[in-house]
Amino acid sequence: MDATIRLTVDGTAHEVTVDTRTTVLDALRERLGVTTVKKGCDHGQCGSCTVLLDGRRHLTCLTLAVAQDGAEVVTAGGLGEGEGLHPVQQAFLDHDGYQCGYCTPGQVCSAVGMLDEAKQGHPSHVTEDLEGDTDLTDDEIRERMSGNLCRCGAYAGILAAVREAAQA
Amino acid sequence: MRELTYVRASSAQEAVEAVTADADAMFLGGGTNLVDHLKLGVARPGRLVDVSRLPLDEVETRETPDGPVLRVGAAVRNADLAAHPLVRSGLPALSRALLAGASGQIRQQASTAGNLLQRTRCVYFQDVTTPCNKREPGSGCSALEGYDRYNAVLGASEHCVAVHPSDMAVAMVALDAVVVVLGPEGERRLPVADLHRLPGDAPQRDTTLARDELVTAVELPLTDLAARSTYRKVRDRASYAFALVSVAAALRMDGDTVADVRIVWGGAAHKPWRAELAERALVGQALDEDTVAAAVDTELATARTSEGTAYKLPMLRGTTAHTLTTLATTEDA
Amino acid sequence: MSTETVEQTPTPITPRSVGTALGRVDGPEKVTGAARYGVEHHGEDGLADPLYAWLVQSTVAKGAVDAVDPAAALAHPGVVAVLDHTSAPRLEDTDDGELAVLQDARVHFRGQVVALVLAESVEAAREGAALVEVGYAAEDHDARFSADGATYRPDSVNPAFDTDSDQGDVDAALEAAAVVVEGEYSTPHEHNNPMEPHATLARWSDGDGDEVLRLVDSTQAVHGVASTVAPLFGLEPGQVRVTAPYVGGGFGSKGMPHASTVAAALAARAVAPRPVSLAVTRQQMFALTGYRTATVSRFRLGADTDGRLTAVEHRAYEQTSAVKEFAEQTAVATRMMYAAPNRRTSHRLAVLDVAVPSWMRAPGEMPGIFAHEVAMDELAEACGLDPVELRLRNEPDVDPESGKPFSIRRLPECLERGAERFGWAERSAQPRSTVDGDWWVGTGVAAATYPGYRMPGNAARVTALEGGRYDVAIGCVDIGTGARTVLTQIAADALAVEPADVDLHIADTSLPSASVAGGSSGTSSWGATVVAAAQAFAAAHGDAPEPGAEVVASADDDPLSGEHVFHSFGAVFAQVRVHRWTGEIRVPRLLGVYSVGRVVNPTTARSQLLGGLVMGLSAALHEESVRDPRFGHVVTQDLASYHVASHADVLDVDAEWLEESDDEFTPMGSRGIGEIGIVGTAAAVANAAYHATGVRVRSLPVTADRFLEVDR
Ligand SMILES: Cc1cc2nc3c(=O)[nH]c(=O)nc-3n(C[C@H](O)[C@H](O)[C@H](O)COP(=O)(O)OP(=O)(O)OC[C@H]3O[C@@H](n4cnc5c(N)ncnc54)[C@H](O)[C@@H]3O)c2cc1C
Ligand code: SF4
Ligand code: FES
Ligand code: FES
Repeated sequence: MDATIRLTVDGTAHEVTVDTRTTVLDALRERLGVTTVKKGCDHGQCGSCTVLLDGRRHLTCLTLAVAQDGAEVVTAGGLGEGEGLHPVQQAFLDHDGYQCGYCTPGQVCSAVGMLDEAKQGHPSHVTEDLEGDTDLTDDEIRERMSGNLCRCGAYAGILAAVREAAQA
Repeated sequence: MRELTYVRASSAQEAVEAVTADADAMFLGGGTNLVDHLKLGVARPGRLVDVSRLPLDEVETRETPDGPVLRVGAAVRNADLAAHPLVRSGLPALSRALLAGASGQIRQQASTAGNLLQRTRCVYFQDVTTPCNKREPGSGCSALEGYDRYNAVLGASEHCVAVHPSDMAVAMVALDAVVVVLGPEGERRLPVADLHRLPGDAPQRDTTLARDELVTAVELPLTDLAARSTYRKVRDRASYAFALVSVAAALRMDGDTVADVRIVWGGAAHKPWRAELAERALVGQALDEDTVAAAVDTELATARTSEGTAYKLPMLRGTTAHTLTTLATTEDA
Repeated sequence: MSTETVEQTPTPITPRSVGTALGRVDGPEKVTGAARYGVEHHGEDGLADPLYAWLVQSTVAKGAVDAVDPAAALAHPGVVAVLDHTSAPRLEDTDDGELAVLQDARVHFRGQVVALVLAESVEAAREGAALVEVGYAAEDHDARFSADGATYRPDSVNPAFDTDSDQGDVDAALEAAAVVVEGEYSTPHEHNNPMEPHATLARWSDGDGDEVLRLVDSTQAVHGVASTVAPLFGLEPGQVRVTAPYVGGGFGSKGMPHASTVAAALAARAVAPRPVSLAVTRQQMFALTGYRTATVSRFRLGADTDGRLTAVEHRAYEQTSAVKEFAEQTAVATRMMYAAPNRRTSHRLAVLDVAVPSWMRAPGEMPGIFAHEVAMDELAEACGLDPVELRLRNEPDVDPESGKPFSIRRLPECLERGAERFGWAERSAQPRSTVDGDWWVGTGVAAATYPGYRMPGNAARVTALEGGRYDVAIGCVDIGTGARTVLTQIAADALAVEPADVDLHIADTSLPSASVAGGSSGTSSWGATVVAAAQAFAAAHGDAPEPGAEVVASADDDPLSGEHVFHSFGAVFAQVRVHRWTGEIRVPRLLGVYSVGRVVNPTTARSQLLGGLVMGLSAALHEESVRDPRFGHVVTQDLASYHVASHADVLDVDAEWLEESDDEFTPMGSRGIGEIGIVGTAAAVANAAYHATGVRVRSLPVTADRFLEVDR
């Protein structure tokens, strides 16, 4: 069964015909040719496919495209202003927060979404006082970024990058 | 994944009617469990009725004759529920359980109803090339003599030894939550404690709901005890992993003795396991490592373990003792 | 490439950019997602509009395919074709049982490829694969690994080491030893799980041009893929063009092509000239793309009362697959690690009806040194010695096996420097003696080693461009190691220009041949080749060449046949906390101090070493592929049930290195850093867990349940 939906991806509006079974991830990668979002597991278990969907970090592999008609998707390719890099991306470069780069677009999108959650005062699993303020300690950053696996083990650099972006 | 029809329901009533009318239809929430199962071939619906956009996304307090309750719409996302000020202050076990589950991304997508109704993570259930009574009744249970590190020690049957994987549900049982359900015959309510069932000889049925019953809300009493609750999860990774065991607990002390206590275990059974025998054994007792261990052991008297799950008994004992003694200390403070 | 390859003996370069922290030259592409990996190239010329391939896997572990019924699959909208062993194109060469995809009816392991579906969309391909009906004549299989069942003696172990070794008289020495430690140590099956699943985009040209088969493959060696795949199809390597501009990790699993690459090529041939996109699923990777075999190591150590080893015996038991042999060299590092006059090692395999094991980061060293270094911890205790001191006392003057001197062996300095940084002096001698709140706390140490490898078969091309710039080309692959960056630096120094003046081209078989990104040999092998080419270029054209001047050269030095042996060393220190109520284990500190030759780029090197430490930590705490022997396949076959370390598991991890230069090994003075970080790490963690709790864990992973009886 096909369906035609509208998706705005990194600022560009698209009308795309998808199968009702098509995930947002496959709609982006295979139908729209947007490969700035990666597929590491296709089952919600790695975070590589993270984008900002209507402003929230979101796993595109577990989301059917038909259910997101009209959504606004921002991938790592659309985070920066124009040609420039988003500060989180620059921080990843500055702290070598990656090696192979495959988890990286998901990491940076996740970091941007996570910083926004923290700004809204969301607590995390490691927050001692649920009613207190959100203070992005190293342990908080690690926990909040744990939905993004990095098999290259670039966590130290990712932590440093996100810490810097959080302080900016 | 079969070819399927997608419909976005515009009202709860319409959603129920759509699923009632088509034996092949299923509700779709955030999709984080169902879409996974579509790909694995574990679920093969011909029609998805999307209920994630229904106006069931409010969190509000209501006064009832029994006191105030927090009513949580079925479509409220896990992240929003965990961060809600009233949950953080009045139902800390719920907030902690949600935050201990899945990942930041998944919690942004997952709905309250979907979380309750997610299915077991038993590896054989998810692998359609192996026998599994839950997936294919009568085919056998591969876990019985297979990999069962994550499986049940209480209430299991010879037909299925799977556990329910939800952290949130464990906290909800400890908090006396009630689930509000809309079916073809209208609305009904049942305690979350009665929502999930033990496998018995019908492990294909996780819950007591009919397939066309729609969860519309969960109601949580805002009590003193609920405000003194917490959730402790033990897992194989520090984050982003399902529970080996978990404990949702609430505690009220009267001086040095236990006045009221709730103990519910996750990772132990096919449903959140309310340790009522342990609770009863503790009331009126001093709270220390030994009294908790003894109380837990009364509950574990009926436990059955294998080589792969034997560790769960000392882990439940230790985690329960740690959780309760920690709660008692914060009580003092 | 018409230019003839000249042989050149590289001489040491003067480091200018080498040794500095040049940022990754491909960083911006990676952080924006613009970098394109395996199957992300179908927007390109000739690769557009592919058919999607989906592999169908066997559901029996041994037997034969009776019949494949494609009818239901073909009836599914969008499905174009179903290939099975009767309909797939024939291969010219089927000697390699892993790569002889769809060539006969035999099933050698559960999860083997038995059919393949081609469809117009991913969704149709997936469903088509579910609809293919495969009938089997199943036979009894054996997929249960036990050390006692491992009796087969391979001719050699990976890559070409002697299976056994025996020096002196181990039995007599053990008989006479004042202290004997005897133990069995084991490691589970582990899967590499690079973040990018194996993926191939393939197109077969129907014409008779030079390039018959075009592949974009997620591989650690484009030339290796071409030279392996070409003969299967009766082609010359030059008729297969392989590129791999970006590769999302490999850790050994992409070191050689697996069945999926061949399947993609077969499928492309069947539907030529339509391209085919084949992405292996994460679950399929657990059967099809290699893994580290489980190992059991039986150790006997004999020592005098001062802790000086008199005998070392390491008997390794592992498994391989019936369809293709791979013998992990688990006991090989034991041959050179410590001084002991009497030493014996052996490898025995169980040959099972299971998926084909292969390379995973530090094959041999990782499981073998885990066993050895936990045994050393036990020996230290038995001798009443500090574990650092025990190792210092057993430093050999020369390689105990060959009698040759090491080019550089600075293990003692690694241990001493690490001990100093870690505050080792304050450590209590008594295990289970430190409590912090609800946690037992302890520290542990382990040594690490990895050999220096230089691979043959490399050549590089240097071409002068306008404006004093150079084009440097070598067909190697950057799988995340930073090769693109460090080779730019090496070329710049060798050509005496700035890195910005070097236009480096890699990852394409149309470029000069390069060896695999594996065995920590990449920078050494390719770097020496680039230096050779630059020096040959300078000799031929001077330092003000005409644009267009070109040299292709390979390095003809052969350090490994010289008078030294080459090994890197390291010392790993871990602090562990074990929760006294729940058994949860955490590693708040992990430090590795290494001697690895000159570090070409401190940024990328640090990331490589940390990455190794993190993978070692992950192996220590989490990783285990559970095979269900009744079925024959791994049932923890995804990233939710096969845990790799998440961010929250990785706390303070640090690496440092000693300043040095191994000029004899490479003209850069470097020796290789990709694997050593994973070596010894799990032992340091297990030893620290013992120090924390008094519970000796001799098998990985070290999980919470191991400690639960501790406190009650
Ligand atoms: C990698 C990974 C790790 C995870 N880790 C954890 C964890 O540690 N702890 C934990 O608790 N969970 C964990 N989860 C599970 C996650 O919490 C669930 O997938 C999620 O809560 C399901 O919510 P959903 O809205 O996405 O449900 P969906 O996937 O949309 O639906 C799940 C089920 O509920 C039904 N359904 C949905 N809405 C309704 C309704 N209103 N009425 C009736 N039926 C309905 C659907 O038909 C379906 O059967 C993990 C998931 C993944 C992928
Ligand atoms: S335990 Fe239950 S879910 Fe698991 S295999 Fe057995 S029947 Fe299936
Ligand atoms: S690809 Fe979506 S989480 Fe892994
Ligand atoms: S950079 Fe390779 S997986 Fe994270």
